[in-house]
Amino acid sequence: MRGDLTTALNPIPLYKQGGGEEKGEMARLSAFAGALAVGDLVKSTLGPKGMDKILQCNMSGGPDAGKLLVTNDGATILSKIGVDNPVAKVLVDISKVQDDEIGDGTTSVVVLASELLRETENLISQKIHPQIIISGWRKATQEAVRSLETITKNNSLNVEQFKNDLMNIARTTLSSKILQGKKDYFAKLCVDAVLKLHGKTDLQSIQIIKRLGNNMSDSYLEEGFLLEKRIGINMPKRIENARILIANTPMDTDKIKIFGSRVRVDSVAKVAELELAEKEKMKDKVDKILKHDCNVFINRQLIYDYPDQLFAEKGVMAIEHADFEGVERLAQVLGGEIISTFDTPDKARLGKCKLIEEIMIGEDKVIKFSGVGQGEACTIVLRGATQQILDEAERSIHDVLCVLSQMVKEPRICYGGGAAEMLMANAVSQLAEKTPGKESIAIESFSRALRQLPTIIADNAGYDSSELVSNLRAAHASNKSTFGLDMENGTIADMAQLGILESFHLKKQVVISAAEAAEMVLRIDNIIRAPPRPRQRDMRNH
Amino acid sequence: MPSVGTLAFDEFGRPVIILKGQDSKKRLFGIEAHKSHILAGKAVADTLKTSLGPRGMDKCMVSPDGDITITNDGATILSMMHVENEIGKLLVQLSKSQDDEIGDGTTGVVVLAGALLEHAEALLDKGIHPIRIADGYELAAKIALEHLDKIAEAYPLDLAKLDPLVNTAMTTLGSKIVNRCQRQMAEIAVNAIMNVADMERRDVNFELIKVQGKVGGRLEDTLLVKGVVVDKTFSHPQMPKEVRNAKIAILTCPFEPPKPKTKHKLDITNVEDYKKLREYEKEKFTEMIKSIKDSGANLVICQWGFDDEANHLLLSHDLPAVRWVGGPEIELIAIATGGRIVPRFQELTAEKLGHAGHIRELDFGTTSDHMLCIEECKKSNTCTIFVRGGNKMVVEEAKRALHDALCVVRNLVRDNRIVYGGGASEISCAIEVAKEANKIATIEQYAIRAFADALESVPLALAENSGYSPIKTVSDIKAQQIGQNNPRLGIDCLNKGTCDMKEQSVIETLIGKRQQISLATQLVRMILKIDDIRLPGESEE
Repeated sequence: MRGDLTTALNPIPLYKQGGGEEKGEMARLSAFAGALAVGDLVKSTLGPKGMDKILQCNMSGGPDAGKLLVTNDGATILSKIGVDNPVAKVLVDISKVQDDEIGDGTTSVVVLASELLRETENLISQKIHPQIIISGWRKATQEAVRSLETITKNNSLNVEQFKNDLMNIARTTLSSKILQGKKDYFAKLCVDAVLKLHGKTDLQSIQIIKRLGNNMSDSYLEEGFLLEKRIGINMPKRIENARILIANTPMDTDKIKIFGSRVRVDSVAKVAELELAEKEKMKDKVDKILKHDCNVFINRQLIYDYPDQLFAEKGVMAIEHADFEGVERLAQVLGGEIISTFDTPDKARLGKCKLIEEIMIGEDKVIKFSGVGQGEACTIVLRGATQQILDEAERSIHDVLCVLSQMVKEPRICYGGGAAEMLMANAVSQLAEKTPGKESIAIESFSRALRQLPTIIADNAGYDSSELVSNLRAAHASNKSTFGLDMENGTIADMAQLGILESFHLKKQVVISAAEAAEMVLRIDNIIRAPPRPRQRDMRNH
Repeated sequence: MPSVGTLAFDEFGRPVIILKGQDSKKRLFGIEAHKSHILAGKAVADTLKTSLGPRGMDKCMVSPDGDITITNDGATILSMMHVENEIGKLLVQLSKSQDDEIGDGTTGVVVLAGALLEHAEALLDKGIHPIRIADGYELAAKIALEHLDKIAEAYPLDLAKLDPLVNTAMTTLGSKIVNRCQRQMAEIAVNAIMNVADMERRDVNFELIKVQGKVGGRLEDTLLVKGVVVDKTFSHPQMPKEVRNAKIAILTCPFEPPKPKTKHKLDITNVEDYKKLREYEKEKFTEMIKSIKDSGANLVICQWGFDDEANHLLLSHDLPAVRWVGGPEIELIAIATGGRIVPRFQELTAEKLGHAGHIRELDFGTTSDHMLCIEECKKSNTCTIFVRGGNKMVVEEAKRALHDALCVVRNLVRDNRIVYGGGASEISCAIEVAKEANKIATIEQYAIRAFADALESVPLALAENSGYSPIKTVSDIKAQQIGQNNPRLGIDCLNKGTCDMKEQSVIETLIGKRQQISLATQLVRMILKIDDIRLPGESEE
């Protein structure tokens, strides 16, 4: 029996040192704890009266060291806090995807997922199998989306009305952000910018420039394009009817690219000769460029003094070192090609614009291209007192632009202020009443989770949430399906009249992704950890 | 105290050191070694047990770098578990070889092996020699396999009627997270296989099916592209985003000034040289473009990068181009479009071009990500399954699930005999093996009976995961199977109201099942034969 004893007393190590697993209830507990923590973290930023968070980046090294970030954007908050809990990472991931796909609703999706999981805790303690909860949720999700579809409206055929909708959606999105004070102003700004895109979803031609100083209401929409560069010295500062050559070519020393070649000379005189040849080559190049009959030359790469001087002599405006994105955007806006060879001037397409001039924003000079052919481009110039305000404003504007541009694809709208959530919650709980079996309990829990969203919005605004939400529920029960929370007055009101609208696509995506993520977390019954990779701390990025 | 290496003593009682550093080495032998192996094997199998079946749960794996994988696929779980125990490692390999060979049933095989080990332990306690147990298992496996062949049914494989195939694929997908859009995924898998299947040779070339994932959208947005999807964009932002009737030049040479491979030194000593070189460089580029133009191509796909100048020349000659396309992708494009991969510009001719009806750029959501989609390829039937999903983990899991489904459908194309799932075939085999056991005169009888019990572990786990009382359910089914002589009865995991797996169309391939039983038996046999295990001590650092 000695053998048995030793085996029993010597646990057989299955995992490497540092690795291990959490099983069953323990795993579920740690999973839920992580999800709830993340949910609670961003919960307070939800809604028009939500609060902001300060994020301080790690002090040790890295470009962002010690930088301060004030934000209300769920995806930004979550991406900056390094979470270690595996399930929390799932939630961070969905908020990121929501950000990529829709641009807004990043907080809602996390809060809904974590509320769903909070409900599950109860269900599990009632001894309901996770798989049953999941199949209940699936039915609930379907029902929620279906009921949401019934109240959507599509006004895209009526241009005036559609524009009005866009304004309302922009206002709704902005109302939870730092820009809420000037939301009408910024909503108009964003809608104007998006309408210029003529139905494209590519936000590239909307440029956002941030400049410190003044206050936010001095932000404006600049028709045309701004390039944050200086014009070379001795060059015209203002050109009308510009013909612009956009190039990506080395204008320093034009290297010979054949591998392994090098210059080897035996006397100083020859060096001088070669130098001359080089110079000549550059001059040839400049001449060729000038043959394109352009009066503005924009290069992605550096322009050295010599060619710069040559350009100046000919009265051509030369702008060097525009960053890559800048060049691409510029080419798109001006309708020109990005050119790297200059032998066929007749084939090259030049960009055109009515006027190029240097203007001042605050203390900085920028180059403004106005009257561009495409008419799609515009620049939003943001002004603000601190860098944090500017950054947050940029994020908010970005969110709005994303939501608005997605509206072109899916023009249906639904109502905000918790109206959509309450509608879905009621539809789902009706489904629960009709469903036999344990699934019904799971479906009911889904509707409770949905109802949490308006509750949190009301809580954040400091109102009596239970009162408001039950009033809202009653209103919905009596078929007032457009009613939602009016956070200005602390009452319930008709969202259609208040103009609190949201994109249907956004709401639908929130429900679907949150349910998907919660389901995924619920299915976990075992967390297996691999031993962390032993390594030196990487000091560069953190 | 664990037994250290054998010690020999001289007449004064001093130990004679036989092995270097033997006090720091660990050694296990005899019955102790067997017990320890069995314990380790059982631990691994227990971890996987809860993932079995359509109601199985997922595991959340945290990688050494802190990344998360959530999966239900046995092979993936084991490969990411970083098991250190030797026997655990054997089980990991077992599930991997099932994955490589069949692609599905990776959890089942480990659960079966675990059960075999568990029953072997009881036999060892009875004092039966491990080799006799191993032999008994071997015999029993033979009986089970023969019985499987007997109960297997030929499956109607009809290209016009794909429904039965879709059902099989759905069974496989049933246990994965993608079962929300099970039907759609199953259809995608079946269509993909049917698209590339070679019905005469009864084989499927997996190289022709690529599963590409992209985070975003919903699982429902997953689609089958009859062509190739490459995660690349056109090299110049102003190239057209869509090309119809493309004639594609597939190049593996860079669009850059020539780089002779032999080491050389090109010295520029005077102005003439310099000028000449300049001319040469320019000529080279025009030559390259000309050779492409001459061949009649209107799209260039290149494995390497482009020089800025070359890039612009391509644009100005209306040649949309894609650069930095990886090796496997470029091969796939070549196969799909029927083009030849051309390593030098001089060798480019019209015959070597690939053809595709439609090439376009796809873009997604608010991020400016683009992908290139090559469709309507003339020559071949390459296809790509383009998986979308709410987050990275869903996409990865969906990809794994699709891979499993693809494997199953492929196996059916290869060998269309099937058995019924839901534990039906295991129970049927268990009954048969137990019956045969009584006819055997030697002590192997015990081992064979144990094997029969072990076979039941799969349906037991299935029933347990589905929330039934396992022993009652399995014994019910067993009684029914014997009573009705119907090998199609299994566990009704999804509560559909019938135990007949034919009605539920829960099917598994015969080769998959056979492989499971024979692999598990082989491995257990191997483990039982080990009686001594030596570990190098902790390296002294």
